Amino acid sequence: MGDESIIRKVVVPNRQGLHARPANLFVKVALQYQSQVEITRDGLKVSGKSILDVMTLAAEQGTELTIIVTGPDAETAANALVDVVNRFVEEDDEENGA
Amino acid sequence: MKFADFISVKAIKPELESKDKEAVIRELAASLVASGDIMEDSAESIIKAILKREELGSTGIGRGIAVPHTKHPSVEKLVGTVGVSTDGVDFNSLDGESVHLFFLLVSPPDRPGDHLRALENISRQLRDDMFCKFLKQSKSVDDIKTLLDEADNNQFGS
Repeated sequence: MGDESIIRKVVVPNRQGLHARPANLFVKVALQYQSQVEITRDGLKVSGKSILDVMTLAAEQGTELTIIVTGPDAETAANALVDVVNRFVEEDDEENGA
Repeated sequence: MKFADFISVKAIKPELESKDKEAVIRELAASLVASGDIMEDSAESIIKAILKREELGSTGIGRGIAVPHTKHPSVEKLVGTVGVSTDGVDFNSLDGESVHLFFLLVSPPDRPGDHLRALENISRQLRDDMFCKFLKQSKSVDDIKTLLDEADNNQFGS
């Protein structure tokens, strides 16, 4: 009750986009928080706590996503989730193109 | 993107025989060789790359579903196949459950968008419980093909 939503816009930074592994990482982090996590992309709204949902975003490099976090730990969760998205670049490097 | 755009019907494997993770990846890759979608002399390299990708984190994403995949320079377009295991295979899934439904994808390294759109299609359809249930019960290539066609024609939810 009365929890305000924290809304953050992020642009998918990495060349490979939001593929399975970053999607999984995002969900893993989202699940660490009590708050409800949603992501929107061009009017499509999905749960940030379901990997099947996150993969339906098909977010390529440069796609703008809006992360909406609602709940008691929304601020911390939103910060952590923005960090996760920005970390995708290094994740791709580790992959060595495989 | 639709299933028809990337699933090779000739490579569909109902009733997978393999009982472990590496074997099931090999069985699906062999099926893509047999259908002519990947070249025989690239198969081992593709299998190794898929296994290496699995080491970074299982593509068993829960609900009995796995999407083993890799990028590989030997393919010119995204190719994929579907396999169904009646007994289920231990795939180190994120939720610990055994995997019954496999979507194996091999994509060209320079086409990340296609890979994302294939994942989008697979995950959107698999969110539908009826689709998952029917796929799990499929016993023949025809059953699976019909189901994929129905999904392509938006006969399932979401």
